[in-house]
Parts: sequence; structure tokens; C-alpha cells
Amino acid sequence: METIKVVKTAHYVPSKVVTNDDLSKIMDTSDEWISSRTGIKQRHISIEENTSQLCTNVAEQLLEKSGWDAESIDLLIIATMSPDSYTPATAALVQGNIGAHKALAFDISAACSGFIYGLNVAEKFMVSSGSSCKRVMLIGGEVLSKVIDWTDRTTAVLFGDGAAGVLLEQNEEDSSCFVSSSLHTYGEQGDKLEAGKTDALSSFPTAGDHKIKAFSMSGRDVYKFATHKVPVSIEEAVEKAGLTLDQIDYFVLHQANSRIVTQIAKRLDQSLAKFPMNIAKYGNTSAASVPLLLDELVSNKAIKRGQIIAMSGFGGGLTVGTQIIKY
Amino acid sequence: MTEQEIFDKVKDIVVEQLDVDADKVKMDSDIKEDLEADSLDVFEIMNELEDELDIKLEADEGVKTIKDVVDYVKKEVDAK
Repeated sequence: METIKVVKTAHYVPSKVVTNDDLSKIMDTSDEWISSRTGIKQRHISIEENTSQLCTNVAEQLLEKSGWDAESIDLLIIATMSPDSYTPATAALVQGNIGAHKALAFDISAACSGFIYGLNVAEKFMVSSGSSCKRVMLIGGEVLSKVIDWTDRTTAVLFGDGAAGVLLEQNEEDSSCFVSSSLHTYGEQGDKLEAGKTDALSSFPTAGDHKIKAFSMSGRDVYKFATHKVPVSIEEAVEKAGLTLDQIDYFVLHQANSRIVTQIAKRLDQSLAKFPMNIAKYGNTSAASVPLLLDELVSNKAIKRGQIIAMSGFGGGLTVGTQIIKY
Repeated sequence: MTEQEIFDKVKDIVVEQLDVDADKVKMDSDIKEDLEADSLDVFEIMNELEDELDIKLEADEGVKTIKDVVDYVKKEVDAK
């Protein structure tokens, strides 16, 4: 167990709200169809603000809440599958925006598991011997609306934009800690969920018309993956921790689909009351969804210091990851 | 496996997944119309059958009634 504390949490979503009824005006769908199959009622869509801007807003809130000087951040990680550009990394842009000049900054691309993978990477940085990495800012942020095909009703209704993150600090005196984790990647199933796919040149010289492809997803394969592999990942992490599922106070799961979360609760034989959800308000915000839910639970005091929380992400890669913390 | 054994297995899974009375599940029941399943319920029923019978099923195989599911599963089980 590593004495790493989640010091503060914060989130930011763009102001424009798009309801299911709004979508039913531009594609053949309905509020009833979307909400009964996904639990989603609305999502926030970013106009003008790119991923780095959503993340910068979260970063500024985190600094304000903690009173930390931006210069005291040692590591700044952004988990995203919708970065502003191939380079610079979104994390570098945020580092520059907030003036965290001493922070090493890079992005993690693990889609909807990105925040969990980020926690794991942060932990490794913080506990490696001789490390001077004490303070970490980790944010999951997405502007998925820019890679959605807004004529494809099978994917367009599912996603939303937003960012959320945490400040982590290593503090031997504290009882808060990272308890255990379980991460897996199933690359042979990578083509089941794709977004932003690019093609190599077909000939040279070329007219150079670069195209980036929109979201495509094999719904049933991803559904099956999530309902099978997430319970396994949670059980592995719980076993590694020497805990039982009953000792977990909350399961903070990636908000992809309420039906998936319900099925995971059923497979783990745990009360659905331990699986809080906010997908109705935000849709699937990929790497932002776990910290967005965590921040809401911390803010409304549902999650308290000392509780055991299992956080799980799952999605593109295909990837899955669980991190258990004592909050 | 006989057709009856497969039907019993399908019935158990449908009752569990859709929370319907067992006597409502008949060979000629329309899964979406009579048993009020949606596409995700069908995913879950297919997933459970795959796990329990160690076969591979496609969700979009055009299954409409319970009999369609039983016939499709029987074909895959026999081909194993």
C-alpha cells in the first residue's frame, strides 16, 4: 500500500446542453429509445473550447481548492482520446496555461480507462526509489463531439464532452492510500472501438488530403467485453488487496451505459446502491467520466475520508483497469 | 443437446434477464414484441448462451422468436 492521497477533485463541463429531444430533431432517434437503452438524458457539447481548455479550467479549480502553487506540481498527466493535436500533448498545453513550470507533462491514451491508467502511472512515479515526484495533477478530459459522426445515431447519442481531475500527494503521515490495482489491455480487439483513425498514404507524391475517421463501435462486442472483463478486473484488484467485495464502500465505474453498470453489479452480486451513476446528465465522457463522478460524490459528501473506493474504467484498446483506494 | 434441453436453457436465461414469468416464454414468443426485450437484452441473452454452452453467436442473426434462438443455438451446438 502506498500512502498517496487524493487531495482535491474538480470538474468542468462546457455550458451547452444537448438533450435527447434535441438529438431527435437532427436524427432518427427518441428520448425513450436513448434513455431506456443507455440511461442518458442529456450531454454537454463543447463549442469553441478544445480539450486543453476544458482541462485548464479543471487545473485552475484544483489549484484554487488546494491552495497549491502551480510551481509545486511535479507531474501533470492528461488522460484523453481526443487531444487538441498529435503534438504538443494536451498536458503540455495545460502545463503552460497554468504555469506549472517544474512539472513533467504528457498525455495518456487509454480511452475510457485513461484515468485509471493515469492513476497507476502516477503511483509508479511517486513511489519509485529516489523519486522527487511528490505532487501530481491528473486530469481526464475529452471533446468527443469533434470525432463523432453526427449522422450516425448508433454512436452520436452516447457521448459527451467534459473534464475532471484530481491532485495526488505522497504523504507518509496520512492514512489515505492506493490499495491495489488491476489493469489489462486486449489489443486483438482494438478494432471493436475506433475513433480518430488515420490512413497511411496510398501513394507518393500525394495531393495530401488528410482525413481522420469518426467513432465506430461494435456495440455488442464492447458490451460483452465490459460486462465480462470489468467484474474480473474488480475481483482481481479486491483479491490483491486482501479485501472482499462487501468491504468496498463504492464502485465508481466508467459511465458508458447504465445498463452495463447494472449488469456489472449483478455479476458481482453487489447492491446497485453501491454503484452511483451520473450518466443521465453527461453521457459517456470517456477518460473524464470516473473523475467527474468521483468529484460529484466527494462534493456532495457521499464519499468520505477513510472509505474504500474501487474505480474502474473500460473501453477503447480494448482496455480495462481498476484502482482501489482508501479515500 | 436436444431441442427441449436447449429450450429449457434459453427459457432460464430469458426469465432471469427479462424478469418475466416462465410460463410466458414459449417457442412462438416474439422476443421483442411479446417479452418486451430490447437490443441490449438480446445481447445479454446471447452472451449468456455463449458462456454457458461454449459457442459463438452473432446478435444480428435475425432471431425474432424463441424458436429462432433455439434453432440457431442447436445449429451451433451440433456444429461443435
